[in-house]
Amino acid sequence: MTPASAAAHAAPATGTILKLDDVSLSFGGIKAVQGVTFDIRPSEIRAIIGPNGAGKSSVLNIINGFYRPQRGTITFKGRARSYMSPYEAARGGVARTFQNIALFKGMTTLDNILSGRLLKVRSSVFEQALQVGRAVREELDQRQHVERILDFLEIEHIRKTPVGQLPYGLQKRVELGRALAMEPDLLLLDEPMAGMNLEEKEDMCRFILDVREEFGAAIALIEHDIGVVMDLSDRIAVLEYGRLIADGAPEQVRNDPAVIAAYLGAKR
Amino acid sequence: MPTPFFVLEVALSGLLAGLLYSLVALGFVLIYKASGVFNFAQGALVLLAALVFVRATEIFDAMGPATVGFWAALLATMAVMVLVAAAIERFLLRPLVNQPPITLFMATIGLTFLIEGISQMIWGSRVYTLDLGIPDEPWIIHGLYIGKIDLFAAAVAIAMVIALAVFFQFTRIGRALRAVSDDHQAALSIGIPLNFIWVVVWSLAGMAALFAGLVWGAKLGVQFSISVVALKALPVLILGGFTSIPGVIVGGILIGVSEKLAEVFVGPVVGGAIESWFAYVLALAVLLVRPQGLFGEKIIERV
Amino acid sequence: MFYRDSGLIKTTYKADRAIFPVDQDRWAIVALVGLAFLVPAVASEYWLSSILIPFFIFSVAAIGLNILVGYAGLLSLGTGGFMAVGAFAAYNFAIRIPELNIIVVLILAGLVSAGVGIIFGLPSLRIKGFYLAVATLASQFFIEWLFVRVPWFTNYSTSGVISAPAVQIFGYDMSGAAQRYLIVLAMTVAVAVTAKNMVRSAIGRSWMAIRDMDVAAEIIGVRPLRTKLVAFAVSSFYCGLAGAMWVFFYIGTVEPQAFDLNRSFQILFMVIIGGLGTIVGCFFGAAFVILLPILLDNLFALLGTGGHADLLSHAQMAIYGALIIILLIKEPHGMAKMWQIFRQRMRIWPFPY
Repeated sequence: MTPASAAAHAAPATGTILKLDDVSLSFGGIKAVQGVTFDIRPSEIRAIIGPNGAGKSSVLNIINGFYRPQRGTITFKGRARSYMSPYEAARGGVARTFQNIALFKGMTTLDNILSGRLLKVRSSVFEQALQVGRAVREELDQRQHVERILDFLEIEHIRKTPVGQLPYGLQKRVELGRALAMEPDLLLLDEPMAGMNLEEKEDMCRFILDVREEFGAAIALIEHDIGVVMDLSDRIAVLEYGRLIADGAPEQVRNDPAVIAAYLGAKR
Repeated sequence: MPTPFFVLEVALSGLLAGLLYSLVALGFVLIYKASGVFNFAQGALVLLAALVFVRATEIFDAMGPATVGFWAALLATMAVMVLVAAAIERFLLRPLVNQPPITLFMATIGLTFLIEGISQMIWGSRVYTLDLGIPDEPWIIHGLYIGKIDLFAAAVAIAMVIALAVFFQFTRIGRALRAVSDDHQAALSIGIPLNFIWVVVWSLAGMAALFAGLVWGAKLGVQFSISVVALKALPVLILGGFTSIPGVIVGGILIGVSEKLAEVFVGPVVGGAIESWFAYVLALAVLLVRPQGLFGEKIIERV
Repeated sequence: MFYRDSGLIKTTYKADRAIFPVDQDRWAIVALVGLAFLVPAVASEYWLSSILIPFFIFSVAAIGLNILVGYAGLLSLGTGGFMAVGAFAAYNFAIRIPELNIIVVLILAGLVSAGVGIIFGLPSLRIKGFYLAVATLASQFFIEWLFVRVPWFTNYSTSGVISAPAVQIFGYDMSGAAQRYLIVLAMTVAVAVTAKNMVRSAIGRSWMAIRDMDVAAEIIGVRPLRTKLVAFAVSSFYCGLAGAMWVFFYIGTVEPQAFDLNRSFQILFMVIIGGLGTIVGCFFGAAFVILLPILLDNLFALLGTGGHADLLSHAQMAIYGALIIILLIKEPHGMAKMWQIFRQRMRIWPFPY
């Protein structure tokens, strides 16, 4: 364990929204995540980097409940547990985008983003069927909220377009929109800029910074573009072969010999 | 109280019936493995093959000696099944390539209607007898009755499975088929002609249908209900898993045996005729424990 | 030329969300429904009893199935079974509690069917795709068997044909074709409106989310089991309602054979031909399936091949199959999509674009 991660480990539990403690996950014989400990503070941009197959996506999958780790605890908003189900995570305010876009292809942009607000719905199926009482009012409130997100992400013009027909860059934005619609406290972004050109990347960076500014969410970000990561993030966790090899502020990580070795492939 | 002997006899008859289900299911698995199509029309193919065979036998019998007639009819029917496969590839699979699986499934339901409609337009709905030259009287071993036709069916089913296993393992085309079932795009990119492969697979399924049709036709007569009984292949598939050839045999035997036992020993208690649903409910129960069937590949969901 | 949406600027989200956002559409549909209620004044007994009543009943069943298959993405081959549950439940309520109003009986029948749907929907959490389709066959065959073999459901009737009791509403006799037509029409309108409301609300979005990508649906907080069970319940409710209407307003008898596997396939065809995931498509599909045999009948009569009833039904079967394949190839999204394209053209007509 490097001094940096030891320091993070010793940090008081207050002021963190999420903390993974000695979490391990394996599939059959493959150890995807081994004894990883790290935390995320409210409203910070927290990057997770590392070579392909280092276990970055697995860490996100543990946080929002797709994978059940074999060991370790997940402390989210002060409650410790060994596993958090996707539903619990969503309820608690964890939202997520995926490396390979996971939008609802048959639905329009508007419906996709509206679906991010399904947890806010209080009206019963019965009320919705008859369009009485809360159902109508709620639907209009949701729409208003979603229109703000459309405006924020500059995608009003495609609100009635089925997302399957949209270009890649716009789909990524819609997916971010759906995550934002959940009003998350913790936003997990899995390679939000993969496959984008420079202009799209700049837009996405701006959106990420604005999200923190406007919505106050903590952001955990997986990204391969080191330049982007160094510019955007407050703290960076570095994974290699499922282990945390460095953790700290960008400058600190940049000069960490273990990280340099991992990225340049030097012998250790 | 049933004697153990009686139980054995019931189980045995179930086992042989089960192998027949396996034969139908086999054609299904071939197609599913190679093209990912859930082919609902397999039962209709069984009916078609049996009807064509009956007609061909009539024609060839009129022309020459019976033994020659049989083989000539068999070859002719095989040729027809290959033509049907080619037609299906050309007019159904090719225009629907890249459509979601559910669309292809629906199309095979349409195909079922088309085949059943046309074959009944040509042959009417009467029952044809199909004589394979196997005597009807059973063998009696220590007082146990075993139908010769059933044994023949079992032998055919097992022979087909072995032949297919060899085919998949040791021939060029067999290996190409396996590649296709793993990944269509990748198979295309290394130059495996997908359209040709589909014709081959559907032809093979046609052969499986032919053998099932022969045995069933000989047992029950060639009639429309064959394609209905063929629906029983579905629970067999569920038990065995959609992609496993040995699974089909084991699934067929399991379904056949338990169905017969349930019908004979549980049926009378609850009002009888539970054969109509028992296989499905059994398959459902197995699915609840193992969602991919007994032999299917475990589905690992990745995100 | 007059069918335009330019100049139609929605100023409120409420207006934008309306079922028929284009004014002309709204007037057209109101006029259409209004006319439908006036049909008995002009239509013959044959048209009412043999075409329009079954058309509406099939539409209701198709809407039920479409919610399951088209919206929630759960392929079911057990529609006939759920219709049978509704039919037999309605029959039993009606003869065991004769004082119940027929509308109450229908709704109770739908609820019973919904309950059965939930039970058979339980495996859908673990079983997916085609495996689920085969599993629904279990419900179809089991339910069919149950009604044939357990005499309680047929009230220990010894004859093969069991007549439904005569229908009265508030003392009025409802057995005339016009009365039956009106009540079926009213129920159909209610079903179509409530179904449309659901699919454009939160529950509809959860269904579609599960259908399009269940993993992503989970992370936005959709609970898969609950959502699928609601789909099964709503779908079976409508199918059960259709089954009950079948008994009381169409055939007049209760028999399990009316709801066999072929019925399930018939409804499935309506849904596919009409268009998965559309409500209006269910009506197109039902009309197609009902009118096609009549059309073919007349065609064959014209060709002078009448009398070969057997050949005729087989030819119908083949044509049916061929049409399904052709339709899937030409327009996999069904007649609803064709309708949409047609309206798109109308919007800019007479200009090409």
